[in-house]
Formats: sequence, C-alpha cells, structure tokens
Amino acid sequence: MNSRDKMLQQIKLNMPSETILPEKIRFDSHFESTESKFVETLSAIYTEVIVVKDLNELKAKADELYASVTNRATTIPFLNSWADFSLNIADPHELELIEIAILEAEFGVAENGAVWISERHLPHRALPFITQNLAFVIPRNAIVNNMHDAYERLSDTTGWGCFIAGPSKTADIEQSLVIGAHGARSMVIFLIEDYPVL
Amino acid sequence: MSRTIIEHATASETFNKDESYVDWHDETLWFVRQKRDKSSKLLPEWEQLREAASTIKNYVLSHMDTLLVSFEQKAKENGIHIHWATDAAEHNEIVLGLLRQHNIGKMVKSKSMLTEECHMNEFLSKSGIEVIDTDLGERIVQLRNEPPSHIVLPAIHLKKKDIGDLFHEHLGTEAGATDPQYLTEAARQHLRDKFLTRRAALTGVNFAIAETGGFVVATNEGNADMGAHLADIHIASMGFEKIIPKQEHLGVFLRLLARSATGQPVTTYSSHFKKPREGQEMHIIIVDNGRTTQLGRPDFRNSLKCIRCGACMNTCPVYRRSGGHSYHNAVAGPIGSILAPNLDMTKNADLPFASTLCGSCSNVCPVKIDIHDQLYKWRQVLVKGGHVPQSKELGIKAMSVILSQPRFYQWSGRLGRSVMRTIPFVVNNGLNPWFKQRDMPEPPKESFRDWYVRNRKA
Repeated sequence: MNSRDKMLQQIKLNMPSETILPEKIRFDSHFESTESKFVETLSAIYTEVIVVKDLNELKAKADELYASVTNRATTIPFLNSWADFSLNIADPHELELIEIAILEAEFGVAENGAVWISERHLPHRALPFITQNLAFVIPRNAIVNNMHDAYERLSDTTGWGCFIAGPSKTADIEQSLVIGAHGARSMVIFLIEDYPVL
Repeated sequence: MSRTIIEHATASETFNKDESYVDWHDETLWFVRQKRDKSSKLLPEWEQLREAASTIKNYVLSHMDTLLVSFEQKAKENGIHIHWATDAAEHNEIVLGLLRQHNIGKMVKSKSMLTEECHMNEFLSKSGIEVIDTDLGERIVQLRNEPPSHIVLPAIHLKKKDIGDLFHEHLGTEAGATDPQYLTEAARQHLRDKFLTRRAALTGVNFAIAETGGFVVATNEGNADMGAHLADIHIASMGFEKIIPKQEHLGVFLRLLARSATGQPVTTYSSHFKKPREGQEMHIIIVDNGRTTQLGRPDFRNSLKCIRCGACMNTCPVYRRSGGHSYHNAVAGPIGSILAPNLDMTKNADLPFASTLCGSCSNVCPVKIDIHDQLYKWRQVLVKGGHVPQSKELGIKAMSVILSQPRFYQWSGRLGRSVMRTIPFVVNNGLNPWFKQRDMPEPPKESFRDWYVRNRKA
C-alpha cells in the first residue's frame, strides 16, 4: 500500500464520530463609516490613504509624490506616461530594479486595512513584493467591512491572490517594529471616485 | 539539530540564572499577550468566532479523509503535484528527490514548523543542499545554529546585542551596532540576494481549502511570497490537519489568527495559492508523522485543531519564565507539550509537567483546545506507562497518601507551618526545589480549616 492509502486508511480508522459545521460563520461589523475605519486602520499600519477624483488627479498625485524616483512601474494604462519601467518582461527577476509600483487592485477591507490583489490585475505575482515601494488604486466605493464580507465578494478564480495590509514589516529583533522587511518599504492607497475600468 | 535532551526543569534552571534576563523575557511575551487582549476585545463577536472556529475544526477532525481526498483532487485539477508522507523521513526524501530532479542545490525557505519537526534542514544539508531560512527571526536562529524558540517569534529569546554581534560576524555589519532598523536592513540586503538567486522555495501552509484545492500562507515580512514567486519550483509542506472545508471559513480563521498571535488585525500578507504560475512547478507534501495516531487518541486529538498562533505560549507563566528551548521540541509551550508526547513519550515525558495547569492557555486558544486538561491527562498516561522518573512518581505517591487522609493532611500542614516559622533554613535552601528562583512565602498562622472551625464555634 502506498503512503497515501496508508494515511487515509489510518485516518478513517481513527477519526472521531461525525460532527456538523457551525450554522453561524459570519458576523457583521458596524462602523460609523466604512471608509473612515479603513483609513484609520491603515494609518495604524503606516499607510496613507489618498482620495482622488479621477485618473487625471491620480496622475497629478503620482507625479507629485514620486517625482524624484526612477524605475516607476504601473498596471494602469492611464499612468503609462508616468512610468519609466516596462512590465513587459519575461523573467520576474528583472522586476528587482523597481522603486515604485502603482497597481490596480480590487477592493479593501475596513477592519484590517487589507487590499485584495490577484493575477486578474497583475502580470507578475512577484511585483507587489519585489518593488521597493507600493501603491494600490481601488475604487472609492470598493471597501467592505470585514473578512466575512471580503470572502463573500471574492469571486476570484485566478491562480493566485493576496490580501496585503500595509508595508512589509518585522519585529523579530527585540520586538522593535521595523518597516520594510523583505517586501515594500512604504505603502500608499489611492481611493478613486470615478474609475471607468474596474 | 539533534542534541542530547536536557529535561525541561533542568534547562529552565539554566534559563533562570540571570534574573534580569528572565524578567525581560517574561515581560516581552506578556506584552504580546496584552496586545492580543486589546485586539480581541475590539470584536464583540470574539467568543462566537472562537466557537465557530472550534466547531469547524471539530468537523475537520471527523471528516478528515473525505476533505483530504477532495483537496487532493481539486489541487491536481489546478495543476499542483500532491505527495503524501507517512513520516518525517519520507517528507525529507520527497523534498530531496524534487531538488535532485531539478538539479537544485540551494533553496530558500519561509517559516514552516513542520520542517523543524522533520529536522529537514539538517537532513538536506547532510545531502549537500543549502537551505536558507528567510524569515528574519528564523535566519537569526539559523545563523546561531539553534532551533526557533517560539513558533511565531523565533528569536524572542535573543537581545539585540546578541543579534548585532551575530550580524557583525556573518553579515559584516558594524561591530557593536544594535539598532533594529539597521540590522533589519542588513538582513534585507543579504536575503534579497538569496531570493533572486534560488530556484527552489519551500513554504509552510496555514490553511488548505478542500473546496478549492488552494492554500493560504500568512507572513508579515513577505518572505514566503518573495521566495515562491521567483522560484521555478515551489514546495509547500503541510501537516494533514491544516485542511479546512471551505474558502469562506477563512473569514473566521484569518480574523482570529493574527489577533491571537500578535494583536494585529491581520498579517501583512495572506497569500492565496491555487495554481502554479506559468512555467512554474508547485508541489504540496501532505505529512502524517504521528498525526493519525494522535487523531486516534480521544483525549488528545483536539490538539490537531491548532492553527499555530502561539497565544498559549505568550500567556503561559512557565513558558515565559523558562524559554522555548527548554521544551526541546519544534513546537514549545503548552501546545507543544501536548503534541510532543505523541511523537515520543519517553523523550518528552517531562513536558506535560512543565505547567501550573492554570488554564490560561485554554482561555486564549482561538480554536478552544482544552490544552490544560490535556496536559493533566498526559501526566496520567505518562506515569501509568512508566515514562516518568521514579523520583517524580514517588513524590506523586506520597502526595496521594497525604491528600487521601484528612487527619494526616492537617497534621502535615501544621508541621510545615511551624517548621517554616521556627527553623526557616530547613526550607530556605537549595535542596528544596520550591526555593529555587523564589523566596518562600510567610507561613500563615493557621490553616483556613482551623480558622473556620474556630469561628464557626464562636
């Protein structure tokens, strides 16, 4: 008998008697304002939220914030003229040079500041991790209250996706919080009011 | 890291030699526990979430076979290779086989307590494979040639000076530098180079979803993703108990996990893998290594519900004052002490005794494992099985004689109190284990019973 069958047979033999799944597995969160909660949660994890009216204002903000930075990449076609690093590459290792990436993402979660991004919006999975600094753009109305709502909304059928909450961090040296462990050193989230594509 | 096992009590004694160090360790972990409290109290539904998580995990234990088969089928449909390993040796051989097949001699690894349990790094290094741990805390202990002392905070036993010295030696940081920002930056540079040059990455698995065949890996540093997305081959190792039925159940577990672990509302990265990226190979190794046996022990099977948050360690008065290494097991603390005897009763017979049975571990456990009850039950199993040293057994027998005879008990109490009052040096010395690292309390003038009898008469 192979290991698989051996394990499954032993498991079947040793399992406790059947129990059932709980009826209640989702709970509602009540925030005065979902957006304010989102902004407040993110500010506690070193992330600035900037509201912009439309793509033009987004571009103006991007120009202003990252004027002195080279190796700028984006997945948002409207920002192509802002970017100077093409994502049209075969090997993700080349992404190593990127200083700032402005990426389209799907939605945010107010209770924990997480943003869902997946292959639907990404040419390379490594991109949000390997870039030195990271910015997400999500529609202003795409914020859910909590993780139950998030999974309800998640219809993703792509091969990979991630909730990202703030910049990369560690506290492995005497519990001192340091931002910028392996992933992004900084994070900005743009909430865009008028965004035609998403 | 095979080394001779030193019993928990003896190792703790060494750990307790430096009082200010122990106080620091104690307070640091208590601080993490307090962060957990604050964070959990922000959710009015916290107790209901725990109940839901516990009930889901009970369901998992009682449907383990069908859930695993469904997971395997879905994952295969998604293009993931599935391997099954009955024990640590088979797991390690599978990893080695995959690396050899691809001619890979170097691999990056993110946090996986399972590979610690399997002593995989040691095995691979003997076979000429270099494994680099990429979680900062794990890299620190790896450079020190030590195992992690905590499942979530691997280097929690070290002071920044220790790490500064270590990095000076291995990473060329300035001598005497202890600034965490500076040291972390040095590690970032050092590990970025590894991420960019390694073709294989191994990660753990926090949750595997039967319904979708996908799995979730949670980190704060981003190291699991950095490794996996740049490597040609991604190997994910999981104990079979990591399975959950549905994706929507992640809503429950991800709300509990980070809040219980560090007080964060969620980890920075909760990465959902379902298919390999184009041109990449993805492998999952489903490991038993004693878990089926534990599943068959009615008193102890609940330990398999654990989601590895570490809350029981942070709250445990014994863990905080004895350190993770005293537990000589990949998983330390209260949960480790109920998992370890299943792996080896003789080697780990001391661990269920490394507890005051105060119950704090069970109170903070996000999946409601009856940890302190299991510690108590393991003691009985271990004594009956003859795994406990005779001295401890004699002590327990003597206590049982005294406690079963009320008059003898009353007399012993009086004797003890008068001895402590009149000739304190009899107890205040190194021969009395209760005197170690403690001052003996002022003996009360009378017992509660004496007081009660006297006052009742009046």
